Amino acid sequence: MEKRVTFDNRLLPYLLLTPQLAVTIVFFFWPAGQALYQSLLLPDPFGLSARFVWFSNFEYLFNDRYYLQSFATTAVFTGFVTLTSMSVALLLAVLADQVIKGAGAYKTLLIWPYAVAPAVAGVMWLFMFQPSIGVLAFYMKAMGFNWNPVLNGSHAMTLVIAAAAWKQISYNFLFFLAGLQAIPKSLIEAAAIDGAGKWHRFRTIIFPLLSPTTFFLLVVNIVYAFFETFGIIHTMTAGGPGQSTTILVYKVFSDGFVGQDLGSSAAQSVILMVVVGVLTVIQFRYIERRVHY
Amino acid sequence: MVEKRGFGTFLVHAVLIVGIAIVCFPIYLTFVGSTLTHFEIIRPPMPLLPGPHLIDNYTQALTQGITAPVGRMLFNSFVMAMGIAVGKIAISILSAYAIVYFRFPFRMLAFWAIFMTLMLPVEVRIVPTYQVAASLGLLNSYTGLILPLIASATATFLFRQFFMTVPDELVEAARVDGAGPLRFFKDILLPLSVTNIAALFVILFIYGWNQFLWPLLITTKPEMNTIVMGLKQMMPTADDYGNWPVTMAAAMLAVLPPVAVVLFMQRLFVKGLVETEK
Repeated sequence: MEKRVTFDNRLLPYLLLTPQLAVTIVFFFWPAGQALYQSLLLPDPFGLSARFVWFSNFEYLFNDRYYLQSFATTAVFTGFVTLTSMSVALLLAVLADQVIKGAGAYKTLLIWPYAVAPAVAGVMWLFMFQPSIGVLAFYMKAMGFNWNPVLNGSHAMTLVIAAAAWKQISYNFLFFLAGLQAIPKSLIEAAAIDGAGKWHRFRTIIFPLLSPTTFFLLVVNIVYAFFETFGIIHTMTAGGPGQSTTILVYKVFSDGFVGQDLGSSAAQSVILMVVVGVLTVIQFRYIERRVHY
Repeated sequence: MVEKRGFGTFLVHAVLIVGIAIVCFPIYLTFVGSTLTHFEIIRPPMPLLPGPHLIDNYTQALTQGITAPVGRMLFNSFVMAMGIAVGKIAISILSAYAIVYFRFPFRMLAFWAIFMTLMLPVEVRIVPTYQVAASLGLLNSYTGLILPLIASATATFLFRQFFMTVPDELVEAARVDGAGPLRFFKDILLPLSVTNIAALFVILFIYGWNQFLWPLLITTKPEMNTIVMGLKQMMPTADDYGNWPVTMAAAMLAVLPPVAVVLFMQRLFVKGLVETEK
């Protein structure tokens, strides 16, 4: 799509583009280029010089047990966050779509956690479940469950998944509700007249018609769990205990800033750029296709 | 809806209320925590109803804090969020205007250069971006907090989409009346974009306020910390260190501004969220 009528001016468009392009070049392309370049270097132990080593940083990473484990951790984390958050949000949206009285109030009360920063969500959930002071941790232990996310990796994982999924419910709820409200009521009424029960209507009419929204949210949630949950991990577990909650984004940070292993961190950055690239392409292709629904 | 039976409706409301209770519980508990004493919290179980120390804790948080006064951190967060929101909108609307309303060499190259930034979130390129910011002397400065985050493909796209829907007749009419490109932008396009700008502002303010990783790297002095990352520094690491009620008061203060924005500008918020869905 192009504009038919435009202005003629040689200099002005460049001037208008300058601020955005300047910021983009200095803070996006330069660092991305640096990451690409550093991923091919191996600094000496004192950081004084670096040797060009081609792809050995990548080779090393894909033979590194901890890095491969981090992939698995990310997959588990992303899978559970997406599934939990989307199914809870879908349930609440289907119910909120049915009520007539108080629909606005329910909506308001469910969307405001969107504004809570992931890092603050982490602090709040830690406050409830920290083994020594958390009040819910206390009651879990009182019921005889040996809850200890500080030492037990799967407990820690459950905790970060819960906090990350909680934070994303609002977003999913909002989009599911909008999707549900866009479904023509006549379709549902026709099915009801033909004798389809509630569950049958949901399974054969509502859910298929909702699939564009579901697919869109799936991609958004994966991107969220991959990249935006850094604050949750950092405040709640710092990747521990051991490496049990070290997702890929957290590993870039901890290897780069804590471990000072710049070559490896840069190589990990490059791998993540490829992941974001693929996800972005999927998202855009999908949005183009969605127009036809 | 189709069926309207008493018990069914009751059940729907019941499940919704339980859902809301679960969603709101973490924040309720944080609020309760901010009204108790440190001693009440480190001896679990803490009470589940608010205590009488609300004013004490909030005053202490705002004026002293633990690492730095929370009042100062709130100010830093506000500057950062406003800077990011205003900066992103300003540079994106200008570049979208150039791309839509002009024909010039390298137009598509500029468009793709901006588009590519979608693929480079700050989390992915942290170490080199930090090195660039450090070499430019931007550590512990508002410029360093704001500038590296204000390039936005999303906002540029949103404005581009919107400009495409503006009728060509407006440009023709403006040209017949002798208005140049800058006059057209200022007197016609900008007023037409007000709703879009406002919706985008709401989303970008929340985005800027909630930044965590970037301020964590770029600010080393406690008085330059933003509230969201400062909160992590305030968290008690052992029973004898720190102060849970003050930390929880800081957590409440950290969520209050963005939550207020969502609640009071709900229509704009929903519009912005739906349109910036990338």
